[in-house]
Amino acid sequence: MDIVVLMKFVPDLVEDLEIDAATGLLDRTFLRLIPNELDEHALEEALLLKERCGGVVTVLTLDFGDVDEALFTAIAKGADRAIKLTGEGFDQGPSNQRIAGAFSQALGDLRFDLILTGTQAVDDLDGFVGALVADRLGLPYVGYVTKVTPADAGLVVQKEYPGGLNAELAVTGPAVLGIQAAEKPPRYVVTSKVMEAMRTRKIEEIAIGEVTTEVEVPVSAMALPESGSHAEMLEGDAQQVAEKIVTLLRERGIVA
Amino acid sequence: MCGEVCVVVETLRGKVTDITFVMLAGGRRLADGLQTKLTALLLGQDVQKYTRELGAADRVVCIEHDCLAEFNPEAYLRVATAVFEQHKPRVVLLGHTATGTDLACGLARRLRAPIVTGCRTFSVDNGTAHYSALICGGKLIATGPLPEPTCLATMMSGGYKADEGRGTRTPAVETLSPPTALDPLRTNFKQYIEPPTGDVDIAKEAILVSVGRGIQNKDNIALAEELAAALGGAVSGSRPVIDQEWLPTTRLVGKSGKQVKPKLYLALGISGAPEHAEGMREAELIVAINRDPKAPIYGFAHYGAAVDVLELVPKLTAALRKA
Repeated sequence: MDIVVLMKFVPDLVEDLEIDAATGLLDRTFLRLIPNELDEHALEEALLLKERCGGVVTVLTLDFGDVDEALFTAIAKGADRAIKLTGEGFDQGPSNQRIAGAFSQALGDLRFDLILTGTQAVDDLDGFVGALVADRLGLPYVGYVTKVTPADAGLVVQKEYPGGLNAELAVTGPAVLGIQAAEKPPRYVVTSKVMEAMRTRKIEEIAIGEVTTEVEVPVSAMALPESGSHAEMLEGDAQQVAEKIVTLLRERGIVA
Repeated sequence: MCGEVCVVVETLRGKVTDITFVMLAGGRRLADGLQTKLTALLLGQDVQKYTRELGAADRVVCIEHDCLAEFNPEAYLRVATAVFEQHKPRVVLLGHTATGTDLACGLARRLRAPIVTGCRTFSVDNGTAHYSALICGGKLIATGPLPEPTCLATMMSGGYKADEGRGTRTPAVETLSPPTALDPLRTNFKQYIEPPTGDVDIAKEAILVSVGRGIQNKDNIALAEELAAALGGAVSGSRPVIDQEWLPTTRLVGKSGKQVKPKLYLALGISGAPEHAEGMREAELIVAINRDPKAPIYGFAHYGAAVDVLELVPKLTAALRKA
């Protein structure tokens, strides 16, 4: 089974987000971008499927800047091909419509039985990449997927509902699946293997020109929520905070 | 439905889900502000029984078919597309959920309409409808207009209470057969897989010590277990902890896990992304520990301390044992 994994890069939320005073939108100047976490789960699920039934795993991403290391890491983990789409216009947010357009354009020339990507990304605002790609290519889409099993007539996918409930759906491929979690935590790969991939393997590039979209979601402003506005903060070092919490729980009768 | 506000109702295993009422609350505001009607679209089989709960809407349109008995993205998308192509609504609201997000993008593309995801509140200003969405794990609020003539939006909880969308009136009910063929389908529902049982039910615990990414590794879960034991509670966790298999799925709190309402929710190294908040913000007392003073969880926790979780937990356990 040949699988294409779509990887998007998103702001690293460990870093502080800033608003650009001129545009009123997220300041992207010093934004550190990392692969979308659920896309890493999609890659893991693809690699597990490859181990079970063979095939070629191709990772597709857009040239958001510093993406090579993530692509070499994917190769070191077991991906067969890594392709970077170069073009313009897809890094302007909100951008999923553009990103999906770029992916769909490139997918037209690739062979695949299945497309996997993260069911969502942290910076989604104008749709979800997998679902948008599926509709552009006229393929079935199922999101919140936690398990994919090849079956006689296609695939059986497990879809997650609240409270630990899951549903099994039979899907005739090719299809696009939005992965919520891989069956196993994404594998770790040692740096030496990534370095080896950098020395011995190549990242392919496809130029896709300027990416546009017919439907835009207008954003008038972005703002940082006043996060400290609600909680009463307990000051002091760890020991002092521990004592304050005990006092608090006692006052409320939660502990004796 | 032409020019109206429409809510795509979600049901799961015989129940109308809470997000439906949140959408009805948001939809009601939009409809009143835009001086139009609020219609609830209810897809399924044998769905009449749900209509009396949907009184916040002016009208419920039911479409019944065998293929719609359980959620099927392909069948639901076909039917919803056919309905909305015919009636051209002003705004369509879907849940930011496992079902709503499967439909929203395909539906938007087929209606050539923009889609805004992760909306929490809406407002209408001089006849213009606006959204407010929470993105980047709760660290960023985006606002803007809902473009005309048609716009789709997925809604998450946190903006309106479900109770605001529970109407007492009896809405007008219209039942139609699917306006499109539902055969053949490439996607078919097979069966439900029940949640695992046998573990503690975190929804029934009065005290939860809940761990997030900040707990750093599987070995540190033991620290949380000791603290929970000292408090007489159980350990639960947020999505990254479950996905790393540091805790079993039965312990997941949040949108895809359990909704919990304990007397005490002690959040350790949890940032407070909207998906997590959805499962615990109703807790009676939320005490959050996160080194990042800007963590979104401080926006709804009652108490917080920006200290190191791994340093605090043993000290807190010791202090409780002494107490």
